[in-house]
Amino acid sequence: MMNRREFCKKTMIVAGGLIIPLSALEVFNPRRLYAEKNDKGKVRWVFLVDVHKCVGCGFCVKACKIENDVTWDANVTRTWVERYVITRDGQTLIDSPKGARDGFTSQKIDQAHAGLKDVKPEDIAKGFFVPKLCNHCDNPPCVQVCPVGATYQTQDGVVLVDRTWCIGCGYCVMGCPYGVRYFHPQLHVAEKCTLCYHRLSQGMKTACVDACPFGARRVGNIRDPEDPVTKIITTEQVNVLKEEFGTKPQVFYLGSSMEVK
Amino acid sequence: MVHGEAWTLKEFFVYPNEYIYWSIQIVMYPFMTGLVAGAFVLSSLYHVFGVKQLKDIARFSLVFSLALLPVAMMPLMLHLQQPQRGIYVMMTPHFTSAIAAFGIVFTTYGLIVASEIWFVYRQFIVETVLELRAKQQKTAVESARLFLYSLLSMGAMDLSPEALHKDERAVGILAGIGIPVACFLHGYAGFIFGSVKANALWMTPLMPVIFICSAVVSGIALCIVTYIITMEIRKLIFARKRRNNPRLPSTEELKSAEIQVVTMTAKYLVMFLVLAITLELLDLIFRTYTAVKSWDILRSVIYERDFFKIFILQYGLGNVVPFIIFLRPGLTIRRALVGTLLVLMGVFMMRWNVVIGGQAFSASFSGFMEYQLPIWPSTLELFKEGLFGALSVIITPFVLFFLVTRILPVFGIKDSH
Amino acid sequence: MKNHVWRPLFIVLAIVAGILITRTLLVPDDFGIGERGYMYGWHRKSNEAEWKKYPVKYKTATVCIECHKDKYDDIKDSPHGSISCENCHGPNYDHPKDPLGLNIDRSRGLCIRCHAYLPYRDSARAKIPGIDPVKHYPQAECIMCHYPHDPTKSNPKHRNPEVKS
Repeated sequence: MMNRREFCKKTMIVAGGLIIPLSALEVFNPRRLYAEKNDKGKVRWVFLVDVHKCVGCGFCVKACKIENDVTWDANVTRTWVERYVITRDGQTLIDSPKGARDGFTSQKIDQAHAGLKDVKPEDIAKGFFVPKLCNHCDNPPCVQVCPVGATYQTQDGVVLVDRTWCIGCGYCVMGCPYGVRYFHPQLHVAEKCTLCYHRLSQGMKTACVDACPFGARRVGNIRDPEDPVTKIITTEQVNVLKEEFGTKPQVFYLGSSMEVK
Repeated sequence: MVHGEAWTLKEFFVYPNEYIYWSIQIVMYPFMTGLVAGAFVLSSLYHVFGVKQLKDIARFSLVFSLALLPVAMMPLMLHLQQPQRGIYVMMTPHFTSAIAAFGIVFTTYGLIVASEIWFVYRQFIVETVLELRAKQQKTAVESARLFLYSLLSMGAMDLSPEALHKDERAVGILAGIGIPVACFLHGYAGFIFGSVKANALWMTPLMPVIFICSAVVSGIALCIVTYIITMEIRKLIFARKRRNNPRLPSTEELKSAEIQVVTMTAKYLVMFLVLAITLELLDLIFRTYTAVKSWDILRSVIYERDFFKIFILQYGLGNVVPFIIFLRPGLTIRRALVGTLLVLMGVFMMRWNVVIGGQAFSASFSGFMEYQLPIWPSTLELFKEGLFGALSVIITPFVLFFLVTRILPVFGIKDSH
Repeated sequence: MKNHVWRPLFIVLAIVAGILITRTLLVPDDFGIGERGYMYGWHRKSNEAEWKKYPVKYKTATVCIECHKDKYDDIKDSPHGSISCENCHGPNYDHPKDPLGLNIDRSRGLCIRCHAYLPYRDSARAKIPGIDPVKHYPQAECIMCHYPHDPTKSNPKHRNPEVKS
């Protein structure tokens, strides 16, 4: 038999239990986990960079900064262009002053604290420019390491940051081997290239692609076999950056060189 | 200004967005967590393995690990760009991230430590409550204490031998569970670094183990240091009190008890120190021998740029010198103090060399970054990630320890009042 | 349940319940596993739409042509035909409503992005006519002599007698 005291106690326990809805216990649903992982959509954005065509004008960097409200004078950028100068004695000199926001207008190579380095034209074996941006990897390590789910990949392959959910731990910044992430100078959350998601989703191209006068940058859908970018990637010799990290980067490079970091 | 720009000095080619994003507070984080874990393991050596010689320091280090606990959290909160969102780690945990389980592991560990302390102190709490209740006339302070201790007792007033025996068993079980959890908490901090594949210096499976070993080393060292300091203060106080009460233990008695505890604890310190150094050297030798792509830049960081910090401060002064100090026979209090302080410095430098050293080179392997510790806190950011932020993290556990010991004294519970 | 040993456990349960209740209150309803699974797709779904709504600033030449067909015809066959209007005239935003007139960059700095000579023989840069910005009329703006829409012509508007071509 139950006395009153015990009855009250049990009622309290049951009521307490009811306050916590079952849904609170669900962190994730394993069935959805499997069902949706292999569901491939019709679109998967990829990027193609033709190193041969780049002249280092930096219009892409400028357009990106304005289009995406990346603080103009802050020393961070969503996309940038690197200059590689290889001397006859095998030395590789690299720079990207202000991310090439104002292009490359001087022959002096910016070695940061080590000063400006002047290489005589006759000592240069080769010189070229390499545009860089987020690789929107198939296995994005930055997304894997986000502790709260503030960064994620969309079905069409774009890696985005939820600015309202980022706690600013910087783990994603450390997790990216390509150095594409940084902290937004005003919002203090992780920031990166969105592949101009707002433009792609209304049928436009990214701001950097539209700004490039030489066709060095192109964006395409790898799931569409008729897409000219897809045709190049599938039929020509293309390369990716830092393949050894297993990130499966989706920015492809035509004419890349072994010196490219 | 971009986060990180204020204290990062770049040289040669570094990607435009690369800065030293993880600065002094991330050095403090594993250092403080290590101290927590180490202090707890030390107390468990007595509670679980029954190492009788450590009885005196066991209670001490248990309370100390409670005082350190909130401080392991502090550097993270100071480091986060959005500290008010820190709770999201518990709300939408993304377990593929090494950081995601931190909130859960940390809370579990905190609850274990708190419960263990409750069982250890229950008798004392209940006795205090009874004593205070018995008093007819209570001052305001005494009433407040009565309320506090009644709350702490959680209504469990049973002091029968069976009940006390149950307390003891609970302490044993909790300490037993606590050891793996403490190791997990800290090995986990090692995993946070070891699993970053983008960082050539950090990525090694040895990282968690190295972190645990050096954590235990630093935890024991800090317990010895604090123990010595508290004992010295007690000696002074007792010397003054003895004039009125000759029955109190003499300075000599205290000293012999002290050196015995210190010698015993130092043995465990040396044991874990050997283990830690072995693993660290293994890692270094392995990297030198295999010399993969990243080795060129790592070599110039380890053997050139950070040589003083790694080989002089960390291995030399922080490991070899204390090793000699502890192994020479006839350990004195002063030598033990010097040795343990050097060990603490050595472990701190190890954290520094891992966290800052791991960011001393660009992911392009073509340039270097130098961390310039912000001294003067002219902005909030420079305070948080500068010298004064780090100092406040170091001071807080001692303040907390002082406050906690006002409520739960660690020495001579029976004769302290 | 008479055993006092379980009392700390009640506190633990209370804390766990507290966290779970906060979770239901704080986490947005649409937070969940997206198309890329738990590892890569754990996020708040509505954030995707937020990014899609981000305002477009560079509207591309197709918008310019609608009103400025003459300018388009002026540049389309020249060596500068591949340069997007907005690279020099500035991003469109909501032109002509906002801003009414665009902020045209006529500076030397803009031209030398491509036309500063760099000695990299095999790069595409070498195929562009280049000058040394320090020596080539450093006191003048390029457009004083050169016509930006067609560099093969000299600039009829800005011809400056003081600068010899």
